[in-house]
Amino acid sequence: MGDFRKTGKGVIDTQQPVSFTFDGKSYSGFKGDTLASALLANGVHLMGRSFKYHRPRGPVGAGFEEPNALVTVTRGKGRMTPNLRATAIEIYEGMMASSQNRWPGLGFDIGAFNNTFSAFFPAGFYNKTFMWPKSFWDKVYEPFIRNMAGLGPAPTEVDPDVYGAVYGHCDILIIGSGPAGLAAALAAAKKDQRVILVDENVNMGGSLIGAGHVSIDEKSASDWVAKALKDLNKADNVVLMTRTSAIGYYHDNFVALAERLTDYIPEAQIGKTREKLHRIRAGKVILAQGAIERPLVFNGNDKPGVMLTSAAQTFLNKYGVAVGKEVAVFTAHDSAYSAAFELADSNVRIAAIIDAREGVSAELISAAEGRGIDVHIGSVISKTGGKKRVRSVEVYEPVHNTQKTIACDALLMSGGWTPSLHLWSQSKGSIKWDEAKGVYLPDLANENCVCIGSCNGDFGIKAALDAGSKAGGGRKVYKTDEPVFGSGQVFDHLPNYIKPSKTKAFVDFQNDVTDKDIKLAVREGFKSIEHVKRYTTNGMATDQGKLSNLNALEIAAKALGKQAPQVGLTTFRPPYTPTTFGTFCGYRTDDLFEVTRKTAIDPWAEAQGAVFEPVGIWRRAWYFPKAGEDMHAAVARECKATRDSLGIFDASTLGKIEVVGPDAAKFMNIMYTNPWSKLGVGACRYGLMLGENGYIYDDGVVGRIAEDRFHVTTTTGGAPRVYRHMEDYLQTEFPELDVWLTSTTEQWSVIALNGPNARKLIEPFVEGIDLSPEAFPHMNVREGKICGVPTRLFRVSFSGELGFEINVPSHYGRAVWETLFAAGEQFDITPYGTETMHVLRAEKGFIIIGQDTDGTVTPQDAGMSWIVSKKKKDFVGKRSLQRSDLVAEGRKQLIGLLTDDPKTVLEEGAHIVADPDQSIPMDMLGHVTSSYWSESLGKSIAMALVKDGFNRMGDDLYIPMEGGVTHKAKVVKPVFYDPKGERLNVV
Amino acid sequence: MMLIHCPYCDEKRPEIEFAYAGEAHIVRPNAAEQQAMDDVEWSKFMFIRDNKRGEHCERWWHANGCNMYFNAVRNTVTDKFIKSYKIGQKRPSAAQIQKWKDQANG
Ligand SMILES: [Zn+2]
Repeated sequence: MGDFRKTGKGVIDTQQPVSFTFDGKSYSGFKGDTLASALLANGVHLMGRSFKYHRPRGPVGAGFEEPNALVTVTRGKGRMTPNLRATAIEIYEGMMASSQNRWPGLGFDIGAFNNTFSAFFPAGFYNKTFMWPKSFWDKVYEPFIRNMAGLGPAPTEVDPDVYGAVYGHCDILIIGSGPAGLAAALAAAKKDQRVILVDENVNMGGSLIGAGHVSIDEKSASDWVAKALKDLNKADNVVLMTRTSAIGYYHDNFVALAERLTDYIPEAQIGKTREKLHRIRAGKVILAQGAIERPLVFNGNDKPGVMLTSAAQTFLNKYGVAVGKEVAVFTAHDSAYSAAFELADSNVRIAAIIDAREGVSAELISAAEGRGIDVHIGSVISKTGGKKRVRSVEVYEPVHNTQKTIACDALLMSGGWTPSLHLWSQSKGSIKWDEAKGVYLPDLANENCVCIGSCNGDFGIKAALDAGSKAGGGRKVYKTDEPVFGSGQVFDHLPNYIKPSKTKAFVDFQNDVTDKDIKLAVREGFKSIEHVKRYTTNGMATDQGKLSNLNALEIAAKALGKQAPQVGLTTFRPPYTPTTFGTFCGYRTDDLFEVTRKTAIDPWAEAQGAVFEPVGIWRRAWYFPKAGEDMHAAVARECKATRDSLGIFDASTLGKIEVVGPDAAKFMNIMYTNPWSKLGVGACRYGLMLGENGYIYDDGVVGRIAEDRFHVTTTTGGAPRVYRHMEDYLQTEFPELDVWLTSTTEQWSVIALNGPNARKLIEPFVEGIDLSPEAFPHMNVREGKICGVPTRLFRVSFSGELGFEINVPSHYGRAVWETLFAAGEQFDITPYGTETMHVLRAEKGFIIIGQDTDGTVTPQDAGMSWIVSKKKKDFVGKRSLQRSDLVAEGRKQLIGLLTDDPKTVLEEGAHIVADPDQSIPMDMLGHVTSSYWSESLGKSIAMALVKDGFNRMGDDLYIPMEGGVTHKAKVVKPVFYDPKGERLNVV
Repeated sequence: MMLIHCPYCDEKRPEIEFAYAGEAHIVRPNAAEQQAMDDVEWSKFMFIRDNKRGEHCERWWHANGCNMYFNAVRNTVTDKFIKSYKIGQKRPSAAQIQKWKDQANG
């Protein structure tokens, strides 16, 4: 049992003891304790080591702003969470927590030599030291920095927990449930409005929890909170959310809340939602986040046992824990007195109050003296004694130049209060400097949002309650009895007789930034507070400078010879509180990570053992290996079978757009380079689409189904952007055209049959279409039936063989496929995947948009001038094709390559040069775009974009590879197989 | 995530339903005009944009909604939409934009 527990104080459940371990040692606390309060109750202040100097540290705060007491909690395989604040996590039976950033142990830490040599680690140390040579980064500097300056280690195993995500809507979202937030919720609850009240703590009530010296409307603070929560729980229009942090404030009152659901429960909760991200759209946001006390910057202010006065007050009132037996208080603000009095009234000895100010109200001094407390006015602390725990303070009185050592086991500090403006600033509300209070306060709102209570500078409980009522739409005026909040003085510098080189006064505890570091940064020329921040790393730790930003600003402003408001504040960025990646991921892991589009025929391919590849968000069959086959063997077999007899291919992913209307042909004339008006009904044409910049955008076969109806196909990956591109021109440039566009990609299954036996296979199944070569020539489309279902039957070929693309309504796709596949046995029908499709098309020199083109290739560059209409007055891209750069000599052009060694298959993407003996860097002419082994030709084939390629026909070029190997290849026309196209017309 | 008013749906909808589509009121020259333009003039139409700091007329597409393109005035500094309007409506004058702002501020 902790020696430091005060009976009768706190809202913990002393009937429920909880045992846990910290660094392997067992301790006991109570249900309701945080890890920090339970350890403090056991007299343990040393909870961590600092980031850079590995100095021993204890909690400086009592909540989510804590910079020092970072721990790792382990709950079994994959369930290790580093960098948790001991002050914000609840203990549970069997909890296993450990300290971080120390080796071999918290008490003795080798890295602490950094502290001894700290003169060598000034501001900008990393920037200055780890600069050169560049190659040292990966192997020397980065591992060193990571080891020496790391936080807790990142988990290495898969996180087995489940994370949730929901959307929410409300009229009023109130963030923070202290007196201001509760009063706002009570007022809003009476209106016909949906209210959400959130708080990151376990209990609502904020500073009112356990506040024994406060009464509201003649009730004790505890009773008032209990009644308020009872009323709010009863109201149907109010949702209360605890253990929920508002982490980000986005446009139009869109606020992200992270709710913690299971981490405080002893039993493993695998399968239950651990954390949930709520995305709330609120009509109005009321920020009641309170204020955070500011540390004082003095020599030795970071020893375990030195903490904020308000933290000690919270540990006492909320958890019944005295942070020491002999407590010194160092302050520049009146509010520390009432905290000291609360401790004294709970039988904690106050060793002294040291007040940096000259003028302190007589009332406070006599109240202190009445309790037997020594008050040292106009005095500061010049150093602190003790190693792993503060043991004494040296009180220095500059006016008389006297020093006096006072023994203590805890030191509380209060440098005044900093209103929490994080979310307000994220909402892009402006802030203004309040000279009287020495703080930044909210100024102009950018959203429907108000700040109330101490985050608005309305300090004190009555001020917070009244502001809350008003913000919630009420008019209640509260009556309170509370200690005087008073005022304070801001010190950018506390005097000390000790030479600055011998002192260490911390501003940012977690990142070990001292006042000297900030002054050094200014001396070295950093004038912007944003640069000072990055150079010194002040405010860049996990607490995001919640305690340090204002002190750093004051010190920097003084060093710059400016006033704080002239220097400005650093930007507040989400998340407000460190948040797990799981919360951001939500459900989007594993199978739900990304949508996978599958065709109707996909399950058949899967059953056949196909290997798949992703194409855009589609999953497509890549090849169909037989037992013992590798990809090379499978593709060689699929190619040969298709060219020899019959291959079947699922082309359903092709993009399809139905272009319909009286002006459909006119519209097609605008969108494609070639002419469409004279294309007969039932005929097809290959279409090439350009961007307005003249570069190839997409391609595909288009069939004219009727005078006013085109069946347009696009590339698999290009369908959405082609559709968007068409809609854009139709709606904004040619709205007078009477045309309708419909995306029909998902409506059709497309079965491609290629090979000399393609016609023979389908003949028995087709009704209503004359399949004879005379009646149905290549590049035509007919409507009829196949296997009894309606079809748009295209006679087209992407392989150079006799080919048909059978379009049937998607839900018939698989049945038709299976019928044809069964009947194809007589022709040794062979299913093939995208790899074989690519080889077959490359053998014919057909391009793939995005592979053989890259967004800078014109039709001329691709050797496709034949498809660009000379007669049409206008089409998208026409004028750009005439730009001087696009008709200039020396552009990269698409050519074929045949390697000297026919067995060598070039690497796609490999660079091409003319002179292999040139010294590095060599002049690159271009790169290989497509490269395959062609089983049909018995040699490798490749396509490439090469500078001035058309003028290099017959030349030898070189492809130097890593490791000293250089391939030689001859430039040829990119048509390797059946250049006359005779195989299309097999009867 | 912003809420954007679609003038065709006449509703404010979440930003994820929309796609940005560049500066508004850049009229594509017709065939004859195109041929009359030299490369410099053409490159201005193609590539040169105001990149305005402040109130900017721009195109949006209600991609996952009614599928319509529309124009909007948005302040690129504050990221606030001032008004969205249908395709075909003229570029609003400074006075018109001010009027919309006054209306929005009640
Ligand atoms: Zn719409």
